[in-house]
Amino acid sequence: MTAKVATITSGKGGVGKTTATANLGVALASSGLKVVCVDADIGLRNLDVVMGLENRIVYDLVDIVEGRCRLRQALIKDKRQDDLYLIPAAQTRDKTAVSPQDMIRLADDLRSEFDWILIDSPAGIERGFRNAVAPADVVIIVTNPEVSSVRDADRIIGLIEAEEKGPGKLLVNRFKPELVKRGDMLSTEDILDVLAIELIGVVPEDESVLLASNRGNPAVLDERSRAGKAFRNIARRLNGETVPFEDLAAKDGFFGRLTRLVRPGDG
Amino acid sequence: MSFLHYLLGGRRHSANAAKERLQLVLVHDRADLTPGKLEILKSDLIAVLSRHVEIDRPSVQVTLTRDRNQQRLLADVPLAPPRARRRPPG
Repeated sequence: MTAKVATITSGKGGVGKTTATANLGVALASSGLKVVCVDADIGLRNLDVVMGLENRIVYDLVDIVEGRCRLRQALIKDKRQDDLYLIPAAQTRDKTAVSPQDMIRLADDLRSEFDWILIDSPAGIERGFRNAVAPADVVIIVTNPEVSSVRDADRIIGLIEAEEKGPGKLLVNRFKPELVKRGDMLSTEDILDVLAIELIGVVPEDESVLLASNRGNPAVLDERSRAGKAFRNIARRLNGETVPFEDLAAKDGFFGRLTRLVRPGDG
Repeated sequence: MSFLHYLLGGRRHSANAAKERLQLVLVHDRADLTPGKLEILKSDLIAVLSRHVEIDRPSVQVTLTRDRNQQRLLADVPLAPPRARRRPPG
């Protein structure tokens, strides 16, 4: 096995990096691949709670880097999937405890054991971001369909191109088809037009994501979750499959508009 | 179609405003030239050009644009009308 390293990043905080990392990890593992998710957000550990593994942590990323434990000791096995592991971030240290070289070394040590290494990047463009991106073979940039988030995504695209990790793949999260149909949310086409990078998938806003994170069961595990389905498709694309994009917000034409004009309540 | 669209669609949608604002802010971000800096550049440009030719200062326009992969700084510098350019003797 020689793992590929995918870093999930965004620039702006709160757009869904950690949720995306957890869901892609579960989706890849459930298709029979061996996956490790690494929380690179040192000081603000969260991937553990999203994956529901917070009670199993003994050692963390900084312990590995500083040689207080062996790599295997810090690998937390997922409770549902046999081939899914987590390396949690340290909670009481800061980003300077780890260097980009440390991350490259860690990824190289993990490569022979896994098919995929997913790295959850912290928000921002400083040390933590550079740590997370350093070992990446592919960078997934998460954005929401709003001006500030897309602006930050553009900045990130510039930075990863400068690090020769570019151009990256775009994941549009928290997409609301109804608002797009109404003309009150940037469409995927609008965002791609502005950013000019490859799309890896669009995840609709879906309350099942919150319900899932309340319980520490990523939405991918919920067969009925629309967001979960989107994440499963993204995992397949990441893994090299060609999966057609679902048209979440098919622009209705003249008749759609006319119908809404006649029956305004239906919008 | 666009007329019908206008007729039936009615108001201007906020998504269009979002896209326009985004495009504008990215043009400035990518060039690392804020609108404020662009104003200063414009004054400097006017000062330099005025040493060589009389220009119609209030009509000068300096804008940043982007077509595909190329960022472009466009300066539209109209010259002063010929009458104003003819200086009184002495």
